[in-house]
Amino acid sequence: MLTALKTRFRTWLFRPKIESGTVTLTQRRIFILPTRQGLALAVVLVLMLLGDINYNLSLGYVLTFLLATMAVMSMLHAFRNLAHLEVRAGHTDAVFGGGTARFVLHFYNRGKLPRYRLSLRDDHGNTVSFDMPGQQDSEIIFPMHARRRGWLPLGKLTLYTEFPLGLFHAWSYLHFDARCLVYPKPLADAPLPPGDAPDGAGRRSSAGDDDFSGLRNYVAGDALPRIAWKAFAREQGLQVKQFSAQVGEELWLDMADAPGRNDEDRLARMTRWVLDAEAQGLRYGLRLPDGELPASNGAAHHDECLRRIALFNLPQRATP
Amino acid sequence: MSKALIYGLLLSILMVTAPHADHLPLWVSALCAALLAWRAYLTHTGGELPKRWLLLAITFASVGGILIEFHTLFGREVGVTLLILLTTLKFMELRGPRDAMVLVYLACFIIITNFFYSQSIPTALYLLATLLAIATTWVHLHGQSIPLKPRLRIASVLLLQAIPLMLVLFVLFPRVQGPLWGLPQDAFASSGLDDKMAPGSFIRLSLSEEVAFRVSYAGQPPLREQMYWRGPVLWEFDGRTWTPGATLAPAAPQFTDTTQPIDYSVTLEPHNKTWLFALDVLDRISIPARLTYDFRILHKERVKARLRYEARSHLGYRANLHENERQLRRALQLPPSLNPRARELVAEWRNQTVGNTGGTDDAAVVRAALAYFNRQNFRYTLEPPPLGLHSVDDFLFETRQGFCEHYASSFVFLMRAAQIPARVVTGYQGGEFNELGNYYIVRQSDAHAWAEVWLEGQGWVRIDPTAAIAPGRIERGLSAAVTDFAALPFMARNPPQWMRKLRLNWDTLANRWNQWVLGYDTERQFAFLTRLGMESATWQKMALNMMAGIGLIIALSALFMLRHLLKRRPDKVQAAWLKLCRRLAKAGLRRAAHEGAQCYAARVAAARPELAETIRDLAARYSALRYGTPQDEQMQQEFIKLIAKFRQG
Repeated sequence: MLTALKTRFRTWLFRPKIESGTVTLTQRRIFILPTRQGLALAVVLVLMLLGDINYNLSLGYVLTFLLATMAVMSMLHAFRNLAHLEVRAGHTDAVFGGGTARFVLHFYNRGKLPRYRLSLRDDHGNTVSFDMPGQQDSEIIFPMHARRRGWLPLGKLTLYTEFPLGLFHAWSYLHFDARCLVYPKPLADAPLPPGDAPDGAGRRSSAGDDDFSGLRNYVAGDALPRIAWKAFAREQGLQVKQFSAQVGEELWLDMADAPGRNDEDRLARMTRWVLDAEAQGLRYGLRLPDGELPASNGAAHHDECLRRIALFNLPQRATP
Repeated sequence: MSKALIYGLLLSILMVTAPHADHLPLWVSALCAALLAWRAYLTHTGGELPKRWLLLAITFASVGGILIEFHTLFGREVGVTLLILLTTLKFMELRGPRDAMVLVYLACFIIITNFFYSQSIPTALYLLATLLAIATTWVHLHGQSIPLKPRLRIASVLLLQAIPLMLVLFVLFPRVQGPLWGLPQDAFASSGLDDKMAPGSFIRLSLSEEVAFRVSYAGQPPLREQMYWRGPVLWEFDGRTWTPGATLAPAAPQFTDTTQPIDYSVTLEPHNKTWLFALDVLDRISIPARLTYDFRILHKERVKARLRYEARSHLGYRANLHENERQLRRALQLPPSLNPRARELVAEWRNQTVGNTGGTDDAAVVRAALAYFNRQNFRYTLEPPPLGLHSVDDFLFETRQGFCEHYASSFVFLMRAAQIPARVVTGYQGGEFNELGNYYIVRQSDAHAWAEVWLEGQGWVRIDPTAAIAPGRIERGLSAAVTDFAALPFMARNPPQWMRKLRLNWDTLANRWNQWVLGYDTERQFAFLTRLGMESATWQKMALNMMAGIGLIIALSALFMLRHLLKRRPDKVQAAWLKLCRRLAKAGLRRAAHEGAQCYAARVAAARPELAETIRDLAARYSALRYGTPQDEQMQQEFIKLIAKFRQG
């Protein structure tokens, strides 16, 4: 009964709901409580007051009241440090399993007031601290370890501050619908399946790899040996060597062909295939038990393939 | 822990403990300074903090040292010493923010201990600066990335914002009359007048510029030569030193023919003695005090805090016309066989006065003695030559140089030798008038000793032999009377006018401070609140008012601090654009939430070709104004006008 009431009270007070768009931290959303240090100061102040009374120290009263008032004012400062910030979750790039998802949060500080020592924390103890100058926007990266494939939700974050004196903990909950797509962690090394071209010629010989056709921009997951280090040395950025494939040659990446103990193993292998096929500039198609993607290549195709693999056999909405 | 933070903490602790160096045992000050220097060195070089066993050893050794020094671990002095010592030791194990926080709290606490020793205006200002340093370090602790200047600004703002509420609390917080627990006896050092008088004791006092008390008169102040502030009365003489002697059956004094009443209030600086000062002779006093048989006023306890009292005295009086026989005998006692020449001199006067009038004429003897002082080339000096065993003889016939105690002492000796009851009275005489504050400042240098003789039919009469030698001392003060200026402190000589004025200004301020800030006790609080218009102030009322005041001020501060946040500057451009959108929405072209200006304009243009050009132009302007830089006031006005003129079809 009591727990139910408590839950209802918390629901009423904190209004937990998942939000999208820009959130303004109005005073309804900011909570404030004294910290342990704040309570310790209260004890110190009571001791001081007893001393003042006992020794009749007028200036002691002044000091005690001054400190007490500073503590109260620091509460307003802590509140102001959060108040009327605007927050929006930004786009988060997909990552491979085992990597770090870098959630982007855009903070807008419209007022002239600089905000100091803001911290973001999630329920797993990841913490990011930052300052914000007045009238400036900041992009805060909140890193989170990506373990399993699928959608990694940002979840509920706590934005808090104990500035300026550490006596009060002011906080606000931010629960955005932001999520990060996590691709399966690719196997370290897996040979591509043999070609399955419509003309039946099979996959072209590996010697064809040497037919260099040009450079394209590096995409996460490209094989290291294919990076054009010379171009990188010329400060042209990370580029990947592309090799021409014979027109009409298509490679089908079929889950049924992928060896592995279970689906996850097979998906990890397929991830590696997609990366290698794209790196080699092949035209490749994806065939999963729940559908297929026609053969193609390029960044968009590559991303879509990885996305299908990542989300294979997962409930549609993986957000909690 | 950044180096800057540790230096900040070091500075805070150094500032807060520095005034204590004055009264801490020397070795404790040295140890603390060494520890702080060691910590600063370790921080500078990035060295390892000392091992725990070493710290424990230092702690035990120094606590042992304190135990040997003070013979106890309780009491105020010891407490302060221990607090400072342990705080500096805490520095040696300062590792994390938690330790830093503890140090910050300790620093605040040590500020209070400074007030045991001084609560003057300079101390208050110094400790305010210290508090600012502490607050700046405090902010640093919770915002390590903030540079010094904004940190200092944040701390100052916090401190300044705290002041109004602090004042409300100070005025309205119900004052409880302390102490809550017994004050240790060692709490205060004595200063000022003693109840012993030997040659030289007043000279020491005359060099002190310390304030003994301040007086303000209700009406016309009395003449300067009437300002005799009675202190200890000395009855017994051992040939060198005068002491009060054992108190005999205390009978209440009797005053008759009292005239010239005068009302005044005295603010007495704490002197750790029981006696109070009043003009001769006291009629009534506003605080519980006892008038003794020799007209002294004794407070019920030692005066350990500044004490204010109202009193009424009668300047004209006859005191104890019918004095107790035993008292009169006591007032005649002399050490036998000392000072034979003085006794001879008195005998000679006795013979002369008897010859003239045929009876015992005590008054004539008194006149003869005063005339003797006046004519025999006596000098009033701060540097009298030393006196031998027969101190009165040596003074009267050899050196003839002395200060008030020499004159009072030898005069009373002469009187007693002439069988006239006499006693020494000590206290203060005169004072400096502060025309700014309209009160008199009585300093230690105004300490004085005079005599009282008992004459038949007149009772106890005040005789000031000093007035016979140096009338200037009584009429104008010490500097007017002594010839050897050099021995006096600079300000007691004749300082330039502007300097005197400055000093009086300062004293006025100090007096106000004493009266209103330091002396703000239960009584003053009630009086002040009544004057403010709070009828019949009770502490419940005060508490309520305090709560209301606190609430009001916090609300005002919150409004003031958050005004930037609350006042959302309306964006004229956006307002105009939204107006346009509303109009179009009425026409059935509602802008979707996700639609940007350009997309919306394109949709409107498609739906209403006749508006296409206008809406596209407006959208383009809107985008430019909203997202382009810099902002152009004229373009904004134009845009708003165009929107106002916009008619759909």
